[in-house]
Amino acid sequence: MNQPDTILPPLTERSGILRWLRHNLFGTWLDGLLTVFGLLLIYLAAKGLLTWIFTIAEWDVVVANLRLFMIGQFPLEQVGRLWVGLGFLLFLTGNSLAIWDKRSYIAAILVLAFPLFLAFLPFDSNTRQWLIFLTATGAIGWGLGFSNPQALKKTVVAGWIISLPIIVLLTRGFTDPEAGGAIAIVGTNLWGGLLLTFLLTVVANIFSFPLGLFLALGRRSELPIIRWFSVGYIELVRGVPLITILFMAQLMLPLFVPGGMDIDRVLRAMVGMTLFSAAYLAENVRGGLQAIPKGQFEAAHALGLSGAKTMIFVILPQALRLIIPILVGQFISVFKDTALVAIVGLFDLLGIARTVLSQPEFIGLHREVYAFVSLLYWVLSYAMSYISQRLETSLGIGTR
Amino acid sequence: MQREPTHRATTPFWRDERFLQIFGQIIFLFAVFSFGFIIFRNMQSGLEKQGMKLGLSFLQGIAGFDIAELPIEYSRSSSYLQAYTVGLLNTLLVSSIGIFFATILGVILGVARLSKNFIINRLAFIYLEVMRNFSLLVFLIFWYQGLFLKLPKIKQAIIWFDSIYWTNRGIAIPWGLPTASFPTFQLILLSGLVLAVSVFFALQAYANRTGRAPLSTLWSMLTFLVVAAIGWIVMPAKPLEISMPFVKGLNLSGGKIFSPEFMALTSGLVLYTAAFIGEVVRAGILAVSGGQVEAARALGLNGFQTLRLVIFPQALRVIVPPLTSQYLNLTKNSSLAIAIGYPDMFYISGTIINQSGRAVEMIAMVMLTYLTFSLVTSAFMNWYNNKIKLVER
Repeated sequence: MNQPDTILPPLTERSGILRWLRHNLFGTWLDGLLTVFGLLLIYLAAKGLLTWIFTIAEWDVVVANLRLFMIGQFPLEQVGRLWVGLGFLLFLTGNSLAIWDKRSYIAAILVLAFPLFLAFLPFDSNTRQWLIFLTATGAIGWGLGFSNPQALKKTVVAGWIISLPIIVLLTRGFTDPEAGGAIAIVGTNLWGGLLLTFLLTVVANIFSFPLGLFLALGRRSELPIIRWFSVGYIELVRGVPLITILFMAQLMLPLFVPGGMDIDRVLRAMVGMTLFSAAYLAENVRGGLQAIPKGQFEAAHALGLSGAKTMIFVILPQALRLIIPILVGQFISVFKDTALVAIVGLFDLLGIARTVLSQPEFIGLHREVYAFVSLLYWVLSYAMSYISQRLETSLGIGTR
Repeated sequence: MQREPTHRATTPFWRDERFLQIFGQIIFLFAVFSFGFIIFRNMQSGLEKQGMKLGLSFLQGIAGFDIAELPIEYSRSSSYLQAYTVGLLNTLLVSSIGIFFATILGVILGVARLSKNFIINRLAFIYLEVMRNFSLLVFLIFWYQGLFLKLPKIKQAIIWFDSIYWTNRGIAIPWGLPTASFPTFQLILLSGLVLAVSVFFALQAYANRTGRAPLSTLWSMLTFLVVAAIGWIVMPAKPLEISMPFVKGLNLSGGKIFSPEFMALTSGLVLYTAAFIGEVVRAGILAVSGGQVEAARALGLNGFQTLRLVIFPQALRVIVPPLTSQYLNLTKNSSLAIAIGYPDMFYISGTIINQSGRAVEMIAMVMLTYLTFSLVTSAFMNWYNNKIKLVER
């Protein structure tokens, strides 16, 4: 007897729109009620939101202050180097996309064409040129990565690692501010908006990484004094809100250093963020260390590796690889937490929003301004968590 | 003839691991202490230049500022310590109310996220994804400035059922005011509570003896309600007088008025934390194996019974530790009140710092208080976790 090629499910279980509806939405009367309630909720929320966005909200305040939101008071004639830094990042992004996520053309096109899309909006011609430059560098990076993925892998990783200090240095500048020029030093009091938020995030993450690593190792150490010190630090910092640490950094840090030495306010905030983030990072790293089976330690000892070598060559590479997604999550939460520096008086994205609202012509537009700032934070956090999910699949964490 | 070695080769002390470990730790301790000492000395000399000495005696000084929300007696002429206590109580109030509602909303979200109903499932998913990617501070400020302060003015107040007022000066609801006979009524309530608890334990004992489980919680609650109702009827004068809110001039009056700051902070924290609790609950429920649900169904339990009697008790073991840290997060995040002007502990400490210049002492006090919260909560949750944990051989 011939078997049919496909075995059809019994008539009662074949799919169909009505059946799907019945099964998923109106299984019982309670289910039906919930569905109707849910649909009503969606309708009301969507209607309210769309009406507000398109008819009531006055978005002029955002358009007029876009530069403030992005870079704060950063001098206009120095902006070029920020674009260059951004171009470098986009180059690396394109490169990485081509090397590690070759098949998702759509993601690559979306990311790389985004600046080009922005260039069609009514910006001034200078901005448009830079936006086109961004897409071009991104595309070049993608092309290079696509043509020669194996050879470029290490270069790209190195590129990402050095990109962070490079961007901090580019923002700060090198030459005497009096002399002027394209690379003159710009004081941190002029850093602001998304630029400051981004720099705070990056600096806090870079410096908290080694600190957190040592704390995590210290917490697992067999030496009692070192272990208790690490436990004490981690639990102390995790037990208090970030804002108290930022306040401490603002008010007490100047007292801690010898008299006469001046620490500027942005640096104080960076120190606070770093100290805070290190404690959380330490716990993440500890989680990774705990996941490494004991056999790995024993094998390394049997091979005659010393304690330090075991850590550096055997344990940490495996542990850190395991926690990459968690580290990205930590990066995102630091990014979201940087908004708190506005409370201690810095002009990050949120701080700038407050100054914008104090302009006489834009009084009372709280909804528009804060909605825009929330959305900006939201989009960036969401994008980063999306990337981390891709990374997780691409690295095959949890699948081997 | 070869000479015997005169002594056994021992490891020189600078390569002896035991020595190195102790030596290293001493060096470390020394470094930490000298670093701390230098910082402390710098701080002291800095403070001396400003003419200040460390100490807590300033707490007895007169505060001289007003606080908008007072759970206890306080006036301008009260001491800094009293001001701090007001802040502490406000923080506790916001945290406990926030934790209560965030738990309820979080559980609903977590269950909804696993619902078979497509619409409900997607709604919960979207809520969780949207909420978790907001920056809490920005969200709170938006919530306060964009919503609660944009409610209509007193004159155009939105009024629900003649009893709930929504205005930009606060939200007012009807409230019971205690009268002279209230203390007696409190005694009746207390005895009702005692009776209810004893009913609960008696029924539990009965359940343990016979193996039949009566609805102990329901019966004990009923006992309490019956006692309370009898007390209310028997009392000669009403123990509580219902006070309705009304508009008086440019202010709300009567009933219970919640300030926009309080409402924005509490509801904002609830909405934000509930999203995280929802994820925790979802993970906990997923950790209960599918066989348990099938077995419960096979025993004829309905959906709600399955959830209450089979899934939740088991999911709780997975849920409790991350839930604890969410509770602590909510408590710590309540310090963001400073951004919207609700007088919590941190906000009031900021004011005290401005008034007295005692930054070091105040920051240390605030940190210690939060640390105490954390330690007490963790201790309690550890105890609870031990109680519900799976008893293994």
